[in-house]
Amino acid sequence: MDIHEYQAKALLSDFGVNIPQGGLAYSPEQAAYRAREIGGDKWVVKAQIHSGARGKAGGVVFCDKEQAVWDAADELLGKRLVTHQTGPKGKGVYRLYVEEATHIRNEIYLGFVLDRSSDRILVVASAEGGMEIEEISANRPGSIVRMSVEPAVGMQAFQAREIAFSLGLPGNLINQMVKTIMGCYRAFRELDATMVEINPLVVTESDDIIALDAKMTFDDNALFRRPNISELRDKSQEDPRETRAADRGLSYVGLEGNIGCMINGAGLAMATMDMISHAGGEPANFLDIGGGASPERVAKAFNLVLADENVQAILVNIFAGINRCDWVAQGVVQAIEKIDLKIPLVVRLSGTNVEEGRRILEQCRQKVITADTLAEAAEAVVGAWKKAQAGQRG
Amino acid sequence: MAILINEKTPVIVQGLTGNIGSFHAKEMIEYGTNVVGGVTPGKGGQMHLGVPVFNSVREAVRETGAEASIVFVPPPFAADSIMEAADAGIRTCVSITDGIPVQDMITVKRYMMRYKRENRMCLTGPNCAGTISPGKAMLGIMPGHIYKPGKVGIIGRSGTLGYEAASQMKALGIGISTSVGIGGDPINGSSFKDILEKFEEDDETVAVLMIGEIGGPQEAEAAQFAKENMRKPVAAYIAGLTAPKGRQMGHAGAIVTAFGESAGEKVEILRQAGVLVAPNPSEMGSTVAELLTSVGAF
Repeated sequence: MDIHEYQAKALLSDFGVNIPQGGLAYSPEQAAYRAREIGGDKWVVKAQIHSGARGKAGGVVFCDKEQAVWDAADELLGKRLVTHQTGPKGKGVYRLYVEEATHIRNEIYLGFVLDRSSDRILVVASAEGGMEIEEISANRPGSIVRMSVEPAVGMQAFQAREIAFSLGLPGNLINQMVKTIMGCYRAFRELDATMVEINPLVVTESDDIIALDAKMTFDDNALFRRPNISELRDKSQEDPRETRAADRGLSYVGLEGNIGCMINGAGLAMATMDMISHAGGEPANFLDIGGGASPERVAKAFNLVLADENVQAILVNIFAGINRCDWVAQGVVQAIEKIDLKIPLVVRLSGTNVEEGRRILEQCRQKVITADTLAEAAEAVVGAWKKAQAGQRG
Repeated sequence: MAILINEKTPVIVQGLTGNIGSFHAKEMIEYGTNVVGGVTPGKGGQMHLGVPVFNSVREAVRETGAEASIVFVPPPFAADSIMEAADAGIRTCVSITDGIPVQDMITVKRYMMRYKRENRMCLTGPNCAGTISPGKAMLGIMPGHIYKPGKVGIIGRSGTLGYEAASQMKALGIGISTSVGIGGDPINGSSFKDILEKFEEDDETVAVLMIGEIGGPQEAEAAQFAKENMRKPVAAYIAGLTAPKGRQMGHAGAIVTAFGESAGEKVEILRQAGVLVAPNPSEMGSTVAELLTSVGAF
């Protein structure tokens, strides 16, 4: 689960990380009020969306007058920002964070990630902050410091000191840097994060170390024990199709194509998407119905695919182990029998109770194209989709 | 021989008396697996599905001589159950549970390091369909009948995609020595490389099919191992060529965050290591057939 910059800053601040003075705003009036509240004569208005690279997309505005803060807020609120992380539709700006401007001496990169090759938390730091880590590793690989944390004892102060010194920080800043590193590590562990990134972490002209930006991602599997983190979820930042699916306990990812998919198992779902693409189509979504799905659950999942207006054909691909083909067929029939299905539907069933499943589909009054293998199913759905499109044009 | 499990391996089921544990324990027994008991804390002394229930894994191992276990414990408690198995001397443990917090898995992996390599339990999963040595024993939740006994090893992250591969192979008359699910989580008990090592040493296995997906470094590590340390030929398929970068595709671990983690990059790395890669998921079976033909084993 992703959260906003202002939320990440508030969490990290509780663990002793310094952050600039700032306040949240939902309107231009609030933004101007925040600027006055903060004081000074320079502010930054930052669009709160779940994406990095907001600066390049025009989501971060520097202001030297209160009116400029009002204007920036007016311009940003309600806008959709497109970055290389958001997809072409971008993400809507509904919250702004107004901060005091910081006098920066230098910028540091500080990140905490899960290292899947060592099964440990890895600290990554560089004195070349401000750029994205991908750019740093491409342009200044020598500047990157990595430190692996022994899980049994956790991050030790000497490790944080080693990182601080290797960044070339002067002696008077080491303790502040150690405090920042240790704070981020504790936040990572104690809040079940999977990523903490401060980029840039800046040294100010008055010798303070401050998190100018902050990004945190949390482990969905650990949210059951982190109710305070669950509360930070912002549905306005999600694809509405994904929100509907998540609320129904289904694993769904919205994509850009026209062929809707309903599959059991994440690997088979990805493989089916690949197969659709191989056959000349593009998937509209990733959808895994999981194991042991009841007819009702299948019908809900199917309706979700059907509700997506981009979908012009549907492929159901089930290899039942702990699922049952007859239940899947019942669910599909439940979803389509009362409507006038205008788009082609291809169903491939295999595994547990497959004969019964096929019989149920045959008796359905709607036209269901059936296929025996994965290849046949993908070709059938892409073929039917192309034919339907040609028919509409003709 | 098969790897990890055969018809003699004594197995206990952790979470035996729960709905899911009961259902799959019954299937495993029907398949011929030597299930000797179960563990549900607080229900020790009862009989369930004709086998004794114990309060702890240690007690179960002492009383039954169990060597393998399968964990059907809910996510908040699963890591604890895995560590309990490791500590009780279980040799092979399959964790089916989907949804274990990743930091719990960091703890599990670190905990297991306290045992010398030769005494360390082999954990597969979590979030997997389990392991099956067709015709011998099943330590998992898969439909056993789709696997034909034979000489090809399978290692895969996904359950259902593994079923797809097994059924394509069966249709071509190709059998399987053991199929091992390593699961879809970012931190898992055994990697592709760990299981490749076991297949390389197994007399009954002549070739291996690896079924990977986007995310993580394990396929690349396996490619290097196959190139440098294996005599047996390896085929592979990588799912997720059409998956967008930075999005999590169902499995907690199926997300591209670094170079070398996309399906396209993994395919390239595997090809360069001499692994025969199936061009699409409907050709997993025929790719294995081609591999076997090339070594004169088909």
